[in-house]
Amino acid sequence: MTIGETTATSILYLDGVSVSFDGFRAINNLSLVLEPGEMRAIIGPNGAGKTTMMDIITGKTRPDAGEVFFDGKVDLTKHDESEIAQLGIGRKFQKPTVFESHTVEDNLVLALAGPRRAIPALFHRQTKAEHERIDEILQTIRLTARRNELAAALSHGQKQWLEIGMLLAQDPKLLLVDEPVAGMTDAETEETALLLREIAQTRSVIVVEHDMQFVRDLGVKVTCLHEGSVLAEGSLDQVSGDQRVIEVYLGR
Amino acid sequence: MITHFLAGGLERRINIVLALLIAAAIVVPVLHLMVPPSSPLHMPTYAVALTGKYLTYALLALALDLVWGFCGILSLGHAAFFALGGYAMGMYLMRQIGARGVYGNPDLPDFMVFLNWKELPWFWYGFDHFWFAMLMVMAVPGLLAFIFGWFAFRSRVTGVYLSIITQALTYALMLAFFRNNMGFGGNNGLTDFKDILGFNIQADTTRSVLFAASALALALGVLVTSALVRSKYGKLLIAARDAESRMRFLGYRPENIKLFAFTLSAIMAGIAGALYVPQVGIINPGEFAPANSIEVVVWTAVGGRGTIIGPIIGALLVNGGKSWFTGALPELWLFALGALFIATTLFLPKGIVGMWEAWWRQRRESRSIAAILPASTGNPVESPAE
Repeated sequence: MTIGETTATSILYLDGVSVSFDGFRAINNLSLVLEPGEMRAIIGPNGAGKTTMMDIITGKTRPDAGEVFFDGKVDLTKHDESEIAQLGIGRKFQKPTVFESHTVEDNLVLALAGPRRAIPALFHRQTKAEHERIDEILQTIRLTARRNELAAALSHGQKQWLEIGMLLAQDPKLLLVDEPVAGMTDAETEETALLLREIAQTRSVIVVEHDMQFVRDLGVKVTCLHEGSVLAEGSLDQVSGDQRVIEVYLGR
Repeated sequence: MITHFLAGGLERRINIVLALLIAAAIVVPVLHLMVPPSSPLHMPTYAVALTGKYLTYALLALALDLVWGFCGILSLGHAAFFALGGYAMGMYLMRQIGARGVYGNPDLPDFMVFLNWKELPWFWYGFDHFWFAMLMVMAVPGLLAFIFGWFAFRSRVTGVYLSIITQALTYALMLAFFRNNMGFGGNNGLTDFKDILGFNIQADTTRSVLFAASALALALGVLVTSALVRSKYGKLLIAARDAESRMRFLGYRPENIKLFAFTLSAIMAGIAGALYVPQVGIINPGEFAPANSIEVVVWTAVGGRGTIIGPIIGALLVNGGKSWFTGALPELWLFALGALFIATTLFLPKGIVGMWEAWWRQRRESRSIAAILPASTGNPVESPAE
């Protein structure tokens, strides 16, 4: 398959992407292709460029060089964060970020796909379809019972789930999920793996995670980043058996 | 659509405030005009003018609370929008003087004759008409806020940096308006007003009408603000305050959400200023002084930011206190104001209304627990849900 064909069919296509901050190369000639419907786990030691890669995809950081295409034809380097979000890319931050002084339900209401302008929001009335969609998401993220509570009152793990629920409400084609199980209990971690597998049935997902057991639970193709570029790619067993991966994780 | 939007703002506490303001708009003129001065219920002229002035301050504080309390934009320059609205009204009142000025010039206000100007500057055109002046009362502060906010929010200037540039904005305007050749009366400002809409501005009936207009303007401000913060837009406003980046990655543009509130808030402040000027009889560049904007912040903080009633209570209480204090112990007022602000920040971070709400919630909780305890042998399952 030529590169041109790959671009046209892939949901996400990064080729030769580089970016440096004050002379430090955070991303160095990174290339990555994600097929529609695929879930991919990204691993790598601290400073490997995982979060910077997400920043580039979501328009927070502009790459110095390279191509970033979404859904075959959309050049992501030409759009900003809110445009990219509206194109259909959702992002969960490393630290759970929800609207703490709103209820769980209102958090989802604000995330629901729909007009994003100020004036229509003044006159917005919640429709029955929206209400049903929220019921559905609340069930998916296991928060139905806490619907009317303030998001600030949720546990750390529940905030992570709420944020994932907000991404679902946004109805994206591609989800970027940064360390979804950081600070979770083992039981919550297992639940989250289940939840993400459920989500991946209808959408493409990229998960960045350190927790190897969790990555194993996901059971998907793994990409290992190191110093801003791809070190190894394949199944978890293949990648974790790779001599270079062992070296960067254990130190030389 | 608009009526549905406004109806969304109605809620028990808001209804009470609206009812009180409408009642004040009727009762105060009655006590002033109909009750004879010999009666203890008679409301003297100075009291009508003073309370009317407080109501315009309350509207200004409410405008500030919309952006500070609900959207986290701490504006330290809101008095600038108030003063601009006041100047627009003052220019109309100056044109109403006509040939009755000291110099008796039918075409030019006194200060222009004094400066030896021969004709009216272009930016004074149209201010002979009340409707045009009222349009400018809203358009000038609104436009300034829109342009200022457009650049500030787009450049993602937030927090203390934004506060500092709003302070610089009002300071720059103060220096500009102090200059005689700006054409707004220099450091004397605009004063010696005679008529408004043909009625003597000193007359008791005019003062009563101005008071009622201030009360109704504040009521309208309360209704609009309440409807706004209870709508989905209001939720976005709070979301922009709490987690701006989350909002951006959901596809919103926080800068536009903020810009709308900031512009609307400036228009409200302008209307407040326009009602203030005929009641105090003067507008001068001192109204742009940075300290004035900071005082508005103190009123809002004392009353309780992020609530609709808080800034109104704060503005009325602090200004009531100021009137008393500056009469009794004038040299101590600024110390008292400073102490009040420090005490509020330390002990009442959510202001009077916030404290009252917390106390009320606690009381209700302890009551419901008390109600559960004796009954707990009967049916313990249902009660904790209360």
